[in-house]
Amino acid sequence: MNWLLIVILLGIMALGYRLGTRRSRQVAIEGKQRLQSLPAHYGMLVALWCGIPSLIVVILWIGASGGVLDALALAELPPAVAEADQGTQLRAIQRVMDLADGVGVADVATPEELTVADAVKRARTIWQLAVVAIAASLAIVGLVLTLRRITPRLKARDQIEWLVRLLLLASSTIAILTTVGIVLSMLSEALRFFTFVNPASFFFGTVWSPTFSSTGAGDAGEYGLLPLLWGTLLVTIIAMLVAVPVGLMTAIYLSNYARPSVRAFTKPIIEVLAGIPTIVYGFFALSTVGPALAGLGDLLGFPVNETSAMTAGLVMGIMIIPFISSLADDIITQVPGSLRDGSLGLGATPSETIRKVIIPAAIPGLVGAFILAVSRAIGETMIVVLAAGNSPVLQGNPFEAVSTITVSIVNQLTGDTDFAGPQSLVAFALGITLFVMTLALNVVAIFIVKKYRDQYR
Amino acid sequence: MSSVAHAPSPVPASRTADLVAASLKRRRRQETRFKAYGIGCAALAVLFVAILFGTILRSGIPAFFQAVMSVDVYFDPEIVDVGPRPEPSEFPTTAAYDAAYLAWQNELAGINFGRIIEAAINAELETPAASRDLRVIYASNERFRLRDMVQADPGLIGQTVPFELIAGADVDVWVKGNIDRSLPESQQQLTLVQQQLVDGMVEDGTMHNVFATWIFTNVDSRSSPATAGLAGAFVGTLYMMLIVIVLTVPIGVAGAIYLEEFAPRNRFTDLVEININNIAFVPSIVFGLLGAAVFINALQLPLSAPIVGGLVLSLMTLPTIIIATRSVLRTVPPSIREAAFGLGASRVQVVFHHVLPLVIPGILTATIIGVAQAIGETAPLLLIGMNAFVANVPSGIFDQSTALPVQLYLWAANENQNFFAARTSAAIIVLLAMMILLNGLAIFLRQRLQTRW
Repeated sequence: MNWLLIVILLGIMALGYRLGTRRSRQVAIEGKQRLQSLPAHYGMLVALWCGIPSLIVVILWIGASGGVLDALALAELPPAVAEADQGTQLRAIQRVMDLADGVGVADVATPEELTVADAVKRARTIWQLAVVAIAASLAIVGLVLTLRRITPRLKARDQIEWLVRLLLLASSTIAILTTVGIVLSMLSEALRFFTFVNPASFFFGTVWSPTFSSTGAGDAGEYGLLPLLWGTLLVTIIAMLVAVPVGLMTAIYLSNYARPSVRAFTKPIIEVLAGIPTIVYGFFALSTVGPALAGLGDLLGFPVNETSAMTAGLVMGIMIIPFISSLADDIITQVPGSLRDGSLGLGATPSETIRKVIIPAAIPGLVGAFILAVSRAIGETMIVVLAAGNSPVLQGNPFEAVSTITVSIVNQLTGDTDFAGPQSLVAFALGITLFVMTLALNVVAIFIVKKYRDQYR
Repeated sequence: MSSVAHAPSPVPASRTADLVAASLKRRRRQETRFKAYGIGCAALAVLFVAILFGTILRSGIPAFFQAVMSVDVYFDPEIVDVGPRPEPSEFPTTAAYDAAYLAWQNELAGINFGRIIEAAINAELETPAASRDLRVIYASNERFRLRDMVQADPGLIGQTVPFELIAGADVDVWVKGNIDRSLPESQQQLTLVQQQLVDGMVEDGTMHNVFATWIFTNVDSRSSPATAGLAGAFVGTLYMMLIVIVLTVPIGVAGAIYLEEFAPRNRFTDLVEININNIAFVPSIVFGLLGAAVFINALQLPLSAPIVGGLVLSLMTLPTIIIATRSVLRTVPPSIREAAFGLGASRVQVVFHHVLPLVIPGILTATIIGVAQAIGETAPLLLIGMNAFVANVPSGIFDQSTALPVQLYLWAANENQNFFAARTSAAIIVLLAMMILLNGLAIFLRQRLQTRW
């Protein structure tokens, strides 16, 4: 019914378009004047004026009709139902609605229910007729008024383009809304968390054990951020130790030494690594790298945990290699050729040119790329969830299990969304910490990279 | 004399030459070493790709083939003892029919189809085995498959039909040798009797491997791992892909057009640009927190539903699409715009009639790449409850559902790793195949359609 209404409205809009174009040609001929806009613009103007107000009415009705009718049914049902709990109310309303829809109920309906169903049915018909009437009259009023407004001088194109620009502008602001949404939602929930736990004991606490002690005492030290921060740092450092040398040397080789055929073959293969979902890396770490490292540890005679900072860090490093190599490749190729040619012309070998001329010239851009990679590593979740071992303790051995900020967010919020206690709210405090950290890194990195690009442009 | 006067000058020259010659060997060595590092690192990166794909294919491909038993199932009327199925024409209202049908279904659900399966297996054996040994041999959900067959066609009662009975997960592990056969019985998943039973059936050909189509058509199952499939996750991912496409393409393209073609250079535009660049680098889990706080807690959208997942993934994909669309818009030469302006077109007409049609292939490519990225995302979906166990194929975007990468996560964390390690690899192959397909399509479109200036 409601969809039919929308289809009919679209039909009316099409009619309005036809009438508008025809009317505009007519006034042009009658007034012996050139039209300010194309006939199509007049058509669109008419279509919009007769379609949009009525569409709004219909959409409002579709949104509100369920609630309105439920409220009506509840008011007509015996007062005992209205006083009952929510489940009983919903069941009673559902029975009435089924009767009104003609589906019927399994047992015999009471006479009361039948009268209420009749009332609902009648009210629904009246409401629907009213909506149709309002929508239709709005459409006709829009049609007539706009048709009468059409003169050769009416700036139909400008009016339509104003609307188009408005829509485009609105679309571009979604990015700002997202940022505002992230900040506001996390800030408000984090502030609620800080009503339970003192901010100082969160940011400087050294113990992370989010289960409340039953005595109620000693919540102060239990939400300490430092063990998680340390775990995050450890995994990130290992990842960068793997990714930076390999990624940078790969980029240098591909941009300076490799023959074009080798480059065309190797570059896409490495970029495949960038497209693999992180959950796949996590599984790879858990099922292959972890056991391999533990076996290696056994061989060398020192204990290695299957899930550890090392496992997660190594695999995360592999994940970041293509990120660094493609950014570094971009940056190295931006170094002006004259620097390279000058150095080679003075007799330096290619490797001396790279180490003493190109890299120093590219260093600001490279640093920016590394910072972006660090921010990726800090925010990475699935690899550490599966492979880091979830043991939030301050200790220095990279072969032991650790926990990170992202792992704790997943653990604290998964399966629990009532957000009542600090156990789940702490996820938002961790989230905003993570957000601020990565945001700061990103802003610095983007600034450095941009400045570097402008320097050599 | 002259030779004496000239003598000093060659001496320093030759000293420099000597110095250079002496250091040349070292410098050449250094050069070779540096180049070798480069080759080594590039080779290492390629090796990582090879190892990753190698291990996943090696453990995942066998999981697509699973042990089944070819048996003849006799729907014994004494066991399947139910009344006739109610027909809609016999009842006055739809609700009354529904109630009667439900009662009949309940009656059917009370029947132990396990007895029928055990009888069918025993018919294949020379000496009948005990029920407790047989119960492990077949996947427990096969009982429900038989029930559904009867429900769809009550005429089967009293008949004998050939049936491919899926073997249980532990049997599959045993048959494939994914567990060490030399382990003592106490550490095995099957008892000695069961092991002999299975080996006998493999020998006489009753039990054999077939391509497990049910990995694609079944939903996840906890009680019956051998029949667990990806259908629910697949449909959930599909719904989310649709939502992402429907939301991000119009909004992303419109936003990009505004920034590239209309926006004046001012503070507001700078703010928008900074925001877009930053959102592209915000960790994905933060979007999960946003989804949990805004869509689920504040807007009261349902937990675990594709609509919420789709909204969250859309917010993440939007910057990708905006950035990519802007860069293709920048490739359109100014001459196109100037020609249109010269003929009296307005800015809107220039963009929508002349620029946009030229960049549609680029937008298509950007969309596919953005969507391929989005469907691999896991972390934000965990926070909005999509890791819940769902035993149905979702029938709409508001239904409970899971998604491919989340299903992977659930299987990767399952305790029965003897069975699920291979199953997870198989699911990874499906996910990667989807992504490779999408990316391949993007590359194909780019090469086929994109205009080169």
